[in-house]
Amino acid sequence: MLYALKIATRYLTANKAQTALLVTGVAVGVFIFIFMSALIGGLAEFILSRTVGDLSHITIEAETDDPSLLISPEGHVLVVAERGRMRTATLSEAATWLPLIEAVPGVRAVSPQITGAGFLTRGAQTAQVSVTGVEPGRESAILDLAGYMVEGDVRLGSGLIVVGRDLADDLALSIGQTLRLESSDGVAAALTLGGIFKTGNGAIDGARTFVSLSTARTLFTMPQGVTRIEIKLGDLNAADATAVRIRALTGLDAVPWTDGAEQLMEALDAQAQTGYFLKTFALITIVIGVASALLLSTYRRRPEIGIMRAMGAGRGFVVFVFVTQGALIGLLGGIMGAVLGYLALLPFPSRDAFEAGTLPMDITQGSYGLAITLTVIGAILASILPARAAARVDPVTAIGQ
Amino acid sequence: MTALLEVSDLIKTYGTGEAATRVLRGLSLRLEAGEMAALLGPSGSGKSTLLTILGTLMKPTSGSYVMLGQDMIAADDRALTGFRNAHIGFVFQFHNLLPDFTALENVVFPTAVRDGRETPAARARGRDLLTRMGLAERIDFPTANLSGGQKQRVAVARALMNSPELVLADEPTGNLDRASAMQVMDLIGQINREEGTTFMISTHDEKIAAVCRRQIVVGDGVVTG
Repeated sequence: MLYALKIATRYLTANKAQTALLVTGVAVGVFIFIFMSALIGGLAEFILSRTVGDLSHITIEAETDDPSLLISPEGHVLVVAERGRMRTATLSEAATWLPLIEAVPGVRAVSPQITGAGFLTRGAQTAQVSVTGVEPGRESAILDLAGYMVEGDVRLGSGLIVVGRDLADDLALSIGQTLRLESSDGVAAALTLGGIFKTGNGAIDGARTFVSLSTARTLFTMPQGVTRIEIKLGDLNAADATAVRIRALTGLDAVPWTDGAEQLMEALDAQAQTGYFLKTFALITIVIGVASALLLSTYRRRPEIGIMRAMGAGRGFVVFVFVTQGALIGLLGGIMGAVLGYLALLPFPSRDAFEAGTLPMDITQGSYGLAITLTVIGAILASILPARAAARVDPVTAIGQ
Repeated sequence: MTALLEVSDLIKTYGTGEAATRVLRGLSLRLEAGEMAALLGPSGSGKSTLLTILGTLMKPTSGSYVMLGQDMIAADDRALTGFRNAHIGFVFQFHNLLPDFTALENVVFPTAVRDGRETPAARARGRDLLTRMGLAERIDFPTANLSGGQKQRVAVARALMNSPELVLADEPTGNLDRASAMQVMDLIGQINREEGTTFMISTHDEKIAAVCRRQIVVGDGVVTG
């Protein structure tokens, strides 16, 4: 149908101003589609990075043992060893699993930790804190501790402690001071304040402390093993699948961040649905625009369609001419809109550099190919009605017009 | 001579009920191959309706129509479209060229639409036809830049493009001055003599009709002479 393509192209180029307006209209629709895709996608990334970015994407915790029972041969319970209030369960084989987990595709960082509770004392002031023991060199593996440091050094050597800004203010702490940390196991240690961080999260800044893994072993009397393993992924959206993989690989209870984050997921889903609606409306606008313009063209070219039919052009040929016009308008408008969208998104910061107060536009989520494809399909669908109308033109009355 | 087409008892009624208008009232006609016939008659006598039916652009209410041995009444739209493309050419009063195309593109249209593309052979024949029509200098001109007489000659060339057996011309000179009209008729006569193409020309003009070897007079929906 090369010839039908030529006729369609000629019709479009015969009235350049009208075609340019039509293509521009389609391009604006595509531009909106791409802009919304980048905004909704970027916003989701921004929200996730702000809410989940500093959390472990997958967490493996030791399963707490069931209460131990001593039962007599007659079936009477003689002794019940209840679980302690504080977590004491350990992942004793952690050292074995770590290399395996690190080798799982998508895993960016693995942080074996010993966590527990304690009291931090300076002079007469005491505060209840949570204690996280991490390996020196992996301080920023999960929480970007190095990035949040406001004073001192993030490096956790033996006998050093790093605390949050709010906690430091509450206890009037300053770098280099010696503090007393007593764990929930009743073990106390004198530690030097090596650094102060500020994440902006009150719960973390006011009660979280970090020590080295070896210090934590002493505090929580845990000569081997860890209490949890935190895992950071390159793509946090892959947490569910990766957790399944790690469970299959190690048999450990790997829990993705999405467990217990239903409200966040619902909010993001609602946001995505809003995006779909807006993009659908943009597409509907394109379809209506193309359909109305081609219907007008069909009406204007009725005599010519009549001549073509009289000269032996079949209804299929006429349909093809008008559908091709729709496809060409969609393709040109789609490409133009995609280019405009890309250029408009260029000045926005990249997804890794989103800042509060700016629109979190993600240029990589513009859905350019999808926008062009849907536009071409939409324009083709939009041209079917005018094309069928054109094919039904009665040559006798059309030629007589 | 052999019959190119034959119609019998053609009846064509427009509208229904009290608004029904019967334009053809049992018209019968036989046209031989190679004829050049003028179709005469007053306005409303049914000339244009007859040409439209003979051109397979419309079917009669009743009656029979056979052309080149094929039943034109029984054929469906697809078959008639193909038949029209191969065997029938049209020349209209207002030339009815495609305005966004050049003279050559208009002429090759019937062949290109059949072949799906403009072949070099089709373009060569189109050029030849336009040259014969005295339009060698206007081949690549947009039709909008041609005079009325030139446009009508382009229309004649287009009608001849697929070497049809029958060319139907509805008032082909009605919109031309006398000189242009006679120039077009001379070309039609030349084609008829040299290639044996059958022409049926609807006209009110006695001088135009006189150029044709046969005059068919239609009155009140039937052939009267």
